[in-house]
Amino acid sequence: MITIVDYGLGNIRAFLNMYKRLNIDAKTATTPAELAGATRVILPGVGSFDDAMDRLGRSGMRDTLDDLALRQQVPVLGVCVGMQMLAQGSDEGRLPGLGWIPGRVRALGTLAPDDLHPVPHMGWNDVRPQSPAGLFDGLGADARFYFLHSFYFECERPADVLAVSSYGRDFACAVSAGRVSGVQFHPEKSHHFGARLLKNFAAL
Amino acid sequence: MLRPRITPCLLLRDGGLVKTVRFANEKYVGDPVNAVRIFNEKETDELVVFDIAASAAGAAPNLRLISQFAVECRMPLCYGGGIKTVQQAREIIALGVEKIAISSAAVEQPALISMIAEAVGGQSVVVVLDAAHAGPGEYEVCTHNGRRRTGRRLVDLVREAESRGAGEIVVNAIDRDGVMGGYDLEMARLVRDTTRLPISVVGGAGSLAHLGELIRACGVVGAVAGSLFVFKGARRAVLINYPDQSQKDELVRASLVQ
Repeated sequence: MITIVDYGLGNIRAFLNMYKRLNIDAKTATTPAELAGATRVILPGVGSFDDAMDRLGRSGMRDTLDDLALRQQVPVLGVCVGMQMLAQGSDEGRLPGLGWIPGRVRALGTLAPDDLHPVPHMGWNDVRPQSPAGLFDGLGADARFYFLHSFYFECERPADVLAVSSYGRDFACAVSAGRVSGVQFHPEKSHHFGARLLKNFAAL
Repeated sequence: MLRPRITPCLLLRDGGLVKTVRFANEKYVGDPVNAVRIFNEKETDELVVFDIAASAAGAAPNLRLISQFAVECRMPLCYGGGIKTVQQAREIIALGVEKIAISSAAVEQPALISMIAEAVGGQSVVVVLDAAHAGPGEYEVCTHNGRRRTGRRLVDLVREAESRGAGEIVVNAIDRDGVMGGYDLEMARLVRDTTRLPISVVGGAGSLAHLGELIRACGVVGAVAGSLFVFKGARRAVLINYPDQSQKDELVRASLVQ
């Protein structure tokens, strides 16, 4: 079943509501036992990088999560800070990330250091998928999603960039390596575009 | 392209949805949760909910009610009203609210802005400044639903909020509230030129053309409106409405000067 990692951060219930409306079973996990056996994993997150890594560590679910993602190759979707946690580290904090997708999280202010691009990047922006299949299946040229972030994922390998968005300059708003993916925007708050992406994730 | 946000604003009192004119003459307009459901169907860009009873009476935020909104809302939600502590901010974010708004507390105790930003992330901290005209090009910030004048200049408090780590500034033109004659564009431009943060403007929108005027004046901005999306017609009949995606795209295309 789709299992949402509940380590105290992120809008867990918004994901549950979205899947309920899609008639797809989903549940939350707050313990390793609840997480084990997941066939899809969503890792949400809001706030700061170190706080998120620290809470995930204290939740006791880190080892189970590693096992699911790395050994069992279960599809994982990181959302917002949950996506940033997939990187090796972040300029926002000092703790190491999960390191599942090579790259580092950088400050948005370095992307477009001008007055036309306030930080945080807040609101609805266009998303350009690099591949029309998988997570972005059926999401065409009018696809737009809600963003609320001050940092972005800088991929080491261009092939890991799944979709780009533009804020002064292009940045990776979705990343993917093997069966692990991440999106910087909030699909759980992006109306029918987000519903489609979450439905696609359930079918990966 | 990042789009301007077109955002309905709902005012609450005692769990009911109300609408004011110049922060007074309150009218009951219905059940807020029902309004949220309609705005879901209309796929609004965001939703702002202010509990005006909590902010004025000094009451604590109604967590049960906020939780109901967070569960219902399929768009990003900003809640304000009565938030005075870091703990309250944490609790509300944990309920699934994307952004929390502080107003009186931010003016009286600016250190609270940085404390909350540290706890929940600056991107989720909105500082709402209610302002009234105080001479040519000058605006004074008021608190407690506009009843208490602070003697502080709007631009000074905008700068203070930015330096303390807020993620967004919302300015509310008291003189324009509920009047539906258009935004105070002078105030909007002043705030746009004062800060590098995202801003939203509320007070005065009575038509989609007014939203266009604001976008033309300020670029990528949050155009917030209460009456416009709650009332229909000159007699102010309650009818929840909101432009569809093609209307919004056309409005942005016609108004946004890149």
